[in-house]
Amino acid sequence: MSSDPRHQTLIDALGAELTPVRRLLPPWLRTLGWLLVVAAIAAVLLIHFGPAPMLRRWAGAPDLAWAAAGAVLTAVSAAWVAFVLGVPGRSRAWAWLPLPGVLLWIGASGMGCLRTWVVPGTSIATLHQSTDCLVFIVSFSIPLSALMIWLLRRACPLRPVLTAMMVGLASAAASASLLGIFHAFDAAATDLLVHALAVGIVVAANAAMGGRLLSRR
Amino acid sequence: MLHLTPDATWVLDGGLSSSWDPSARVSAEPTSVSEQADRRRAAWMAAAQAGDRRAYERVLADSLALIRSVARRQGVAHDALDDVVQETLITVHRVRHTYDPARSYDAWLAAIAARRAIDALRSHGRRGRREVHDELALDLAHERDDASTDSERTQEAARLRAAIEELPPGQRQAVEELALKEHSLAEAAERTGRNAGALKVNLHRALKALRGHLHGEP
Repeated sequence: MSSDPRHQTLIDALGAELTPVRRLLPPWLRTLGWLLVVAAIAAVLLIHFGPAPMLRRWAGAPDLAWAAAGAVLTAVSAAWVAFVLGVPGRSRAWAWLPLPGVLLWIGASGMGCLRTWVVPGTSIATLHQSTDCLVFIVSFSIPLSALMIWLLRRACPLRPVLTAMMVGLASAAASASLLGIFHAFDAAATDLLVHALAVGIVVAANAAMGGRLLSRR
Repeated sequence: MLHLTPDATWVLDGGLSSSWDPSARVSAEPTSVSEQADRRRAAWMAAAQAGDRRAYERVLADSLALIRSVARRQGVAHDALDDVVQETLITVHRVRHTYDPARSYDAWLAAIAARRAIDALRSHGRRGRREVHDELALDLAHERDDASTDSERTQEAARLRAAIEELPPGQRQAVEELALKEHSLAEAAERTGRNAGALKVNLHRALKALRGHLHGEP
């Protein structure tokens, strides 16, 4: 087809500076790398606090266990989606993948709230204790987000803000999962609100800053 | 099975379809002409990732039609299509390591082209708002010009174009990026992969050479 002579000149120039490249690792492998770091932190926390209190809480309030499963599911799926969105040509519809995990996480936590109304006298976190949760989730999310953005450095996220939101969601969900290991309080309304606030802060901060970092391509 | 045509990949990637993943893995036995072409380009790009220059130049040349079709569908004006093609080719070069040869090359390329087309539309929109008065001034000035001035200008422009073509590649690139396309030094440095200092030196030398060529200055 007839085309601008500039194109042939550019193609020649690009050809002249062609060098072999190392292909981007597949999204699942980079997800696995990130999850290994999260698992290492979880192992340290489990060794320090022991699994018994967590298992006791789960036995007493199964919805806490479901909420934890939802948070883990959210972390895994959102991390994978963040890496998938870094590859051009992959559908943005994948961004819906973490939804079931998020619904389970929120739904089970919400059930916990309801139970504290139905069964009064359960240990309910005060606002001060809940603030500790917020600080924990936000402060653990920072290095986890930074690690994921570093793992995305060679990727090409054509939707940087959406990708950064997935990074934030994965980091916040992973931090909430880690918090569940030693979190001594039941899922009360204050807790749920603070968790939601923490996740919101992390996702929004990532969308604002991570999006800019990822949009250099 | 997913039928990959240049248009279909764009439609799917744009999220206008309910299909799950547009970049579905390329099947072992291609069934249509467009799939065969996609697989051929995929093989060339895979070879290019390993450093095969001939395959790279082929795949880029073979990509022009698809890039133009994607840009057109995004609503890019006819006279801006070639700029989108250039931008897309440069991006493809920069991110060629992100292509997975097990997947559709066309879907990968269409996604990049669609993004660059959107960037072009946005930047055109911004420039349009900023330059509305300049365009008015240009129209008014044009009305005052008579036919002989027009013809002189056309000749001058042709001489200038010819003189630019004769410049060494580095200088020509500097003129094109900084003077003709009006990119900032930082943008031009990013687009060409050259440092800002080298671009400035090249532009300076190019302007000197052009002055000499057009006005007989030393």
